[in-house]
Amino acid sequence: MQFMLLFSRQGKLRLQKWYVPLSDKEKKKITRELVQTVLARKPKMCSFLEWRDLKIVYKRYASLYFCCAIEDQDNELITLEIIHRYVELLDKYFGSVCELDIIFNFEKAYFILDEFLLGGEVQETSKKNVLKAIEQADLLQESLFS
Amino acid sequence: MVASSSSLKLQDLIQEIREAKTQAQEREVIQKECAHIRASFRDGDPLHRHRQLAKLLYVHLLGYPAHFGQMECLKLIASPRFTDKRVGYLGAMLLLDERQDAHLLITNSIKNDLSQGIQAVQGLALCTLSATGSAEMCRDLATEVEKLLLQRSAYVRKKAVLTAVHMIRKVPELSDIFLPPCAQLLHEHHHGILLGTITLITELCERRPAALKHFRKMVPQLVHILQTLVTTGYSTEHSISGVSDPFLQVQILRLLRILGRNHEESSDTMNDLLAQVATNTDTSRNAGNAVLFETVLTIMDIRSAAGLRVLAVNILGRFLLNSDRNIRYVALTSLLRLVQSNHSAVQRHRPTVVECLREPDGSLSRRALELSLALVNSSNVQAMTQELQGFLESCPPDLQANCASGILLAAERFAPTKRWHIDTTLRVLMTAGTHVRDDAVANLTQLIGGAQELHAYSVRRLYSALAEDISQQPLVQVATWCIGEYGDLLLEGSCEETEPLQVKEEEVLALLERVLQSHMSLPATRGYALTALVKLSTRLRGDNNRIRQVVSIYRSCLDVELQQRAVEYNTLFRKYDHMRAAILEKIPLVERGGCQVDEEAKESKETAQLSEAAPVPTEPQASKLLDLLDLLDGPSGDAQHPPPLDPTPGGTLIHLLNLPCAPPPPAPIPNLKVFEREGLQLNLSFVRPPGTPTLLLITVTATNTSGGDVTHFICQAAVPKGFQLQLQAPSGDTVPAQGGLPMTQLLRILNPKKAPLRLKLRLTYNHFGQSVQEIFEVNNLPVETWQ
Repeated sequence: MQFMLLFSRQGKLRLQKWYVPLSDKEKKKITRELVQTVLARKPKMCSFLEWRDLKIVYKRYASLYFCCAIEDQDNELITLEIIHRYVELLDKYFGSVCELDIIFNFEKAYFILDEFLLGGEVQETSKKNVLKAIEQADLLQESLFS
Repeated sequence: MVASSSSLKLQDLIQEIREAKTQAQEREVIQKECAHIRASFRDGDPLHRHRQLAKLLYVHLLGYPAHFGQMECLKLIASPRFTDKRVGYLGAMLLLDERQDAHLLITNSIKNDLSQGIQAVQGLALCTLSATGSAEMCRDLATEVEKLLLQRSAYVRKKAVLTAVHMIRKVPELSDIFLPPCAQLLHEHHHGILLGTITLITELCERRPAALKHFRKMVPQLVHILQTLVTTGYSTEHSISGVSDPFLQVQILRLLRILGRNHEESSDTMNDLLAQVATNTDTSRNAGNAVLFETVLTIMDIRSAAGLRVLAVNILGRFLLNSDRNIRYVALTSLLRLVQSNHSAVQRHRPTVVECLREPDGSLSRRALELSLALVNSSNVQAMTQELQGFLESCPPDLQANCASGILLAAERFAPTKRWHIDTTLRVLMTAGTHVRDDAVANLTQLIGGAQELHAYSVRRLYSALAEDISQQPLVQVATWCIGEYGDLLLEGSCEETEPLQVKEEEVLALLERVLQSHMSLPATRGYALTALVKLSTRLRGDNNRIRQVVSIYRSCLDVELQQRAVEYNTLFRKYDHMRAAILEKIPLVERGGCQVDEEAKESKETAQLSEAAPVPTEPQASKLLDLLDLLDGPSGDAQHPPPLDPTPGGTLIHLLNLPCAPPPPAPIPNLKVFEREGLQLNLSFVRPPGTPTLLLITVTATNTSGGDVTHFICQAAVPKGFQLQLQAPSGDTVPAQGGLPMTQLLRILNPKKAPLRLKLRLTYNHFGQSVQEIFEVNNLPVETWQ
């Protein structure tokens, strides 16, 4: 995976995870254009599109769009599963997650993602293990926090 | 300290930003808070530093600058407290990419964190390293990561493996370090580690043929792992909709694909397993379909048994019928990849593919179009063309060009009769005239010209079409040419193939005059119209006063080309009236054959020059070419002026496309990018038509990815002595911005001595308000262009 973006229906960015080195300017440009392109898609359309020389996989969950850019040889359908798994993890952690949770706890959203994907690849396929790791880290944070 | 009491908690800050009603208000809140944050960084309590950074990161997400937090990330990472490290590393990943100077400074901290005992901390370090580690960092820390592959904690091992993947991507030489541990890691039971290992092996194999050979030995082991997973590996922890760990399955299948490619033995070993997965995977949900999809890709890419391949294509056929659009999409994509090598198997699914043309979803219809065009053959051409024409009428504009040229190409290759071919081309021109390629006009005129029995039919159809609509330029051009040539057939009698048409001479003349005067007509079109009028002076029975009048008027036309023609024609009427009939005679039938006919036709048409319209003035170019040639080293005397008019408009097409009994086409010559400046790019593509060894056709394509249009674009070329060069008219002189429709131009180069080709190009154009001139010689011309 090259990058993952989460954004609202109004185009506001809620999370950006980049797995390729790009300048801030380039990231902003890509984000702006891609958000526009995805928001222009109609509801019944398929989740895939070709944009520049990338394959884009996106899915909308309530008011949030989850958008990934994958490489040519990557499997689009499994990417949908990756997105879905991430949503499930957020849901389990926050308890019926909604956009507001991600807004007010964006660092947690990143931490959870970083237990699921590493360097753009899936590192853990057990939901239980991911959530356990987050739990332990949270505990560690609390115990050392004076 | 006063600082923290007046600055907000993270969640309060977020709340306040959200409550801002305008952009300006939001900016105010943020600027105020950033001031606090800066102050806090300078002399605030280090205990709260992580909170300040977190706020800054939020603000950064909204698009505001946060570079002044970069050093704080370093400090937090170096702190012993876990909370600090967590936020610090997050900040590093968001604010410090490898382009920043500060980036390297975290190497030491990462090194320390990797070697201390708390696995959560090691995890943070590995995560950051794999997300943003530069090549230099990877080299420095490779051995640390290698050690962690043997660590007791599975949590750390799984992260270390994927960090190794990143390292290899950045520094391929590190493959040497990370290849040996793989064998051991493949015995892991932990799914995460196994998955990471498979990913690592995949990465190694893709980069090193030696690694590929090495890992082929493990195919049986991989097959066993996947087999276990599929048959007995059911665990709720790792399953999705009843499919055991689809992520792992997909990754293994992908690796098997790489290992089995072009390798008989490995392919054999995996054959049964693939068949098993292909038939037993539950396809009711996406997870199963994802696995099935990957299986199909693998089957098609390795040396699989014939039966298995058929199975795979059938699975794709089933996917095509799936109600889920996503599944249909991947089916179309895959079938497109297979259509060359497994044509007949894919043909079976043609009706479904054609159905997909009707999809309102652009992603799908685009794929369906490509696939449909690839499936056209001689037995289905009529039905397919019908479908494609229907698509052309309603498809989105960005697909029209592809569709139109696709239909024309298919018609060219498989037309059952000339009449059908003419009808089809006509229909395309009427529907999408503005999107067809430049040679469409030439093709059609030649097609009609060569079919004597269809002259009457063609001229009538074209006349009717023209009378209805004079805006589609290619159509207008062909129609006016046709009317000029065969106007007599238009007026006399009836043609049994069309509706009876009573046309009066005045109506024909009036129509041509309309075309001539219309602001919608391009200069080239008007040239066609004027010439057609003059030709009619010998075809029609009435007196020629009207025609003479029009010709006379245009002697003072502002368009130089038109003016020149009008003067010539006028002279024809005045002083050479006795020759007029001979000069304006109908052109001889142009048979579509080899190059020889071309040359003969060229000679016999020297006298008939006036009766042919050239698309765009080439005389001005001829004089400038001399300038250009002077710049080439060799003496340029021999290089021909291109004949002022192109006598055989369809000449190029004979050679570009395969004739039915032509030998198989030679391997395509690679394209060449010859020029790039501020987003304007020039590419050359080459064709050596099989029947004519001395002919090289070069298509110059100009594309523009910048934000500004390129206008007044002129490309000129020169070749050394001994070559003959002919530039055809370009498709336009504007290359629109943002990747708009490219401009193309055809160069014909005859190289009778088969000398090494040299080519010099001169470009003049306007871009971003500046006029640009570039002159350069094209290097790296592939030898296939002249040998």
